[in-house]
Amino acid sequence: MKHPFPFSAIVGQAEMKQAMILTAIDPSIGGVLVFGDRGTGKSTAVRALAALLPPIMAVQGCPVNSAKVADVPDWAMLDEKTLVEMPTPVVDLPLGATEDRVTGALDIEKALTKGEKAFQPGLLARANRGYLYIDEVNLLEDHIVDLLLDVAQSGENVVEREGLSIRHSARFVLVGSGNPEEGELRPQLLDRFGLSVEVASPKDIATRVDVIKRRDAYENDNTAFMLRWQAEDAAIRDQILTARRALAELTTPDKTLHDVAELCLALGSDGLRGELTLLKAARAYAAWRNDTALTRLHVKEMAPMALRHRLRRDPLDEAGSGTRVARIVEETLG
Amino acid sequence: MGRGSRGSWKKPLAEAIWHRAVLALQLLAIDPGLGGMALRARAGPVRDRFSGLLAWLPEVQHRIHPAISDEALFGGLDLSATLATGAFVQEQGLLARPGTLVLTMAERATTQLAARLAMTLDAGHAHRLVAMDEGAEPDEVLNPKLAERLAFAVDLSEISIGDAVSVSDFNPSAAITHLRQVTVPDDICDQLTRIAAQFGIDSLRAPLFALRAAKAHAALLGKMSVDADDVEAACLLVLAHRATQMPGSDEEEQDTPEPEQNETEQDQSDTLDMPDEMLLEAIKALLPDNLLDRIAAQKARQGKGSGSGAARKGNRRGRPMPSRAGRLGDGARIDIVATLRAAAPWQTIRKQATGRDNLQVRSEDIRVKRFEEKSDRLLMFTVDASGSSALSRLAEAKGAIELLLAQAYARRDHVALVSFRGSEAEVLLPPTRSLVQTKRRLAALPGGGGTPLAAGIVMALEQSIAATRKGLTPTIVILTDGRANVALDGAGNRVQAAADAQRMAQMVRAQGIDALVIDTGNRPEPALSALAQTLGAIYLPMPRADAARLSQAVAAALDD
Repeated sequence: MKHPFPFSAIVGQAEMKQAMILTAIDPSIGGVLVFGDRGTGKSTAVRALAALLPPIMAVQGCPVNSAKVADVPDWAMLDEKTLVEMPTPVVDLPLGATEDRVTGALDIEKALTKGEKAFQPGLLARANRGYLYIDEVNLLEDHIVDLLLDVAQSGENVVEREGLSIRHSARFVLVGSGNPEEGELRPQLLDRFGLSVEVASPKDIATRVDVIKRRDAYENDNTAFMLRWQAEDAAIRDQILTARRALAELTTPDKTLHDVAELCLALGSDGLRGELTLLKAARAYAAWRNDTALTRLHVKEMAPMALRHRLRRDPLDEAGSGTRVARIVEETLG
Repeated sequence: MGRGSRGSWKKPLAEAIWHRAVLALQLLAIDPGLGGMALRARAGPVRDRFSGLLAWLPEVQHRIHPAISDEALFGGLDLSATLATGAFVQEQGLLARPGTLVLTMAERATTQLAARLAMTLDAGHAHRLVAMDEGAEPDEVLNPKLAERLAFAVDLSEISIGDAVSVSDFNPSAAITHLRQVTVPDDICDQLTRIAAQFGIDSLRAPLFALRAAKAHAALLGKMSVDADDVEAACLLVLAHRATQMPGSDEEEQDTPEPEQNETEQDQSDTLDMPDEMLLEAIKALLPDNLLDRIAAQKARQGKGSGSGAARKGNRRGRPMPSRAGRLGDGARIDIVATLRAAAPWQTIRKQATGRDNLQVRSEDIRVKRFEEKSDRLLMFTVDASGSSALSRLAEAKGAIELLLAQAYARRDHVALVSFRGSEAEVLLPPTRSLVQTKRRLAALPGGGGTPLAAGIVMALEQSIAATRKGLTPTIVILTDGRANVALDGAGNRVQAAADAQRMAQMVRAQGIDALVIDTGNRPEPALSALAQTLGAIYLPMPRADAARLSQAVAAALDD
C-alpha cells in the first residue's frame, strides 16, 4: 500500500489546506466541506491530512478508541487494557456503505455459527475521536445522511437489535468533498460542517506544471519523494501542536466578539452556529500564526470559510456566496 | 468494403481512428494507471472485433451493467452458501480484486454508480475500466465523472468493418517490464501542461494522463526516453477529446509565457524536436469542425431535465431500487425475499431465546420496497397581462391551460399561472391539477398597464423553486409580446427593464429550470428570442395564437 500524497507537497490550494490545519488545531470547529470541480485535488488533500495529525493516546484494541480505561465499553470484551499511542483515525465512509456498516450491527458470523449475540462495531465507532471522510458527500443516500446528522448532533451512536442495546460515543470531525454540479447538499448537513472551502484548478501554467511534476515524482520514485517531504510534513505537525498549546493562552477581546456578532448579523446567517464557528476558527488561526491576541484581521480572514455555506440562498444574487461574504466583511469591518 | 459514394475517400481517416483505438488499448494494457477508455460504438461487428482485443489487458475481465447492485460490486454475505455450510461465507465483490471492468451501456450509468466506480479507480488498485457507450444521440454520453478518470475516449461509431483491419497479436509483458526504465525529459511535463491549457482543459488529470500515455508509448516501442513521437501520440489520444476551446480562441493564451520557451530552448534541442505549434495543429486536425457549437450545446443542456421530470424516490411505483429496512405502513410494500434474507442469520439466536422452532421474523427484519419514479411536471404559465392585447392573450392562455389540464390526468402535469402587469406580478393560480379550481380562479382576470417582464420572471422563478421542493419538475412558459417597459424597481424605463429581464433569465437558467418562450406579438420580437437564448429555452413566435394551437405547441415543445 502506497503512502498517501504528502500534505506539504500539495501545490497551491492555500484555503483548503488552511481549513484542514485549523480543524486539526481545534477539532471542535467541526469539520470541513470541500467543494470543487473535477481534478482539483480534493480527495488528495483529505487523504494527505491523516499523515499530518498528531497521534492520540487510546486504549489498545478498543473499538471506539477510548482515551481512558474506564471508557472502554463492555461489549468490546477487552481483557487487557493498556494505553498506547496511535495515529488519529481517519475513516472513509464509501458511498455504497450500508446502514449496518456505518452504525455497526450484530456480528452475523457469530450469530450464525455459534448462536452468540456479539456487537460488530461500524465505521462510526472507528471514527470516534478522529475524522470521518465522505467523498462525494452530495451523492450520499438520504437515510445515511439522516443517520449521520443524528449522530453528529448527539455525539453518540445507538444500535438496537435482537434485544441488544448498544450505545457508544461517536465524536468525529466530518470532512466531505464533492462537486456541486452533481447535486446540492441539504442545508441541515451543510450546517454540520464548520468550514467550507471552494477549490478550483490553478490557472497559471507554472503552478500546473509543478502539480504534474510532483505527482509524477510521487508515482515514479515513491520512496525518495516521501523522504523529501516527510520533514516538511513533520514541521507542520509540530506547528499544529504548538498552536494547540497556544490556543489555551489566547485571549479574546470583547471588541472581537462584537465584530463577530455584527458580521453574522449583517450576513443574516441562521442560528448562532456561525458566530461560534467563526470565533473558534479565528482563534485557531491566530494560534497557528503564533499571534498573542485575537484581532479583527483574524476574523476577516476566516469569515469566508466559516460563513459562506450558512447564508440563505438568494436566487436574486448572481455572485457566489463567497463573494457575498467578502463584500459584507468589507462593509462591516472595513 | 467501401461505403458507396462516401466510403472511398473516408477510408484512410476511418482506418486511422481504428489504429488509434488499437494503440490506446495497447497503452492501457501496459499501464493500468491510465484508468481505462470510453468506447463509443453501437453493437456490431466493429465493436465485436474491438472487444476481442480486450483480451490484451492482463487481468481478469468482469462485465458489469448500469443496474449492478452494491452487493455485487462490494461484496456481502453469501446467504445461500452460509446457510448450506453453516459457516460464515463472505461473497467477494467485483471491486475487491484488481481486474478489468467492462461496463456495458455506459451512457445509462447513474451518477451513483459513476461515483462508486470513480472511487475504485482513484483507490489505485490497478483497476481498468472499459466503458462501452452505445449512445445514439449526442447528449447520451458517459457520466463526466467517469470520463474524467479514463485516459482515452474512442469513437468507433463512424467506421465500418472494412476499416477495422485485423491487427497482429500483442503481448504487453515486455513493455510492462520496460516501462519502469523509461525516463522523461524535464521539459515534456511543461509542454503537455501548456498544450492542455491551450485547449481549455481545466482538470489536471489530463496532463497527468498524457504524461503516463507518453511513457507507455515509449515503452511500447522499446525506447529508453520519451521523445516527440510519444508526446504527439499521447496528445492525440488523451488531450484531443477533452478540448473545450480552440487554441487562441480567447485571451487565456496570454497565460502561456513566451519568454519561458526561450529559456528552455537550450535543453529542448537534444530531446524535443516538435514545437508546440505542430502539436497544436495535429490535435486541431482531430477536433470536429463544430467543436464550439457542440460545447455550447452541452452547456445549454447542463442542469436541464429531459422533459419528463426529475427522478425522485418513493415506495409505491416507478423503477425498483434496492429495498431497505423500514416499517410497514404509509402504503409501503414489503419485500418478502429481502425480509427473509435479513431474518435468516438470526434464526439460531432466536430459537434459543424463545424455545420455539419455527421461522421467526421480527419487525427489524422487515425490508420495504423502494421505487424511483419520475416526478410530476409543472407548467408554470407566465402571462403578460399588460396593455392592449392583454385581454385576448389572457383569454387564450386560460383556454390553453384548461386544455392542457384536461389532458393532464394522462400526462400527470400540474399547471400554475403567474400574470404580470402594471408594476408587479401575481400568482393567479398556484400549482394544481384540479380543473374545477382552475376554472373558478381564472374566471376573472384583470388586464392592462405596463409590462414588468422581469418581475414576472422572478415570480415564476420563486414559484418554481418552491415547487421543486415539493417534488415537482417545473417548466416556465412565458407568453408575451416582449416589449418590457417596467424595471424590477417599478420604474418605467425600457433599457433597465430589458436588462433586468435578461438578468432574471440568467437566474432561471442557473437554477436549471426549463423554459419556453411564446411570442404573441404580431411580428417576432428580437429581444424575446435573445431572452429565450439566455434562458436556454425554445422560442416560438405565434402571432394571434388561439388556445388549441397554444396547448398543442406547448405539449409538442415539451415532449421533444
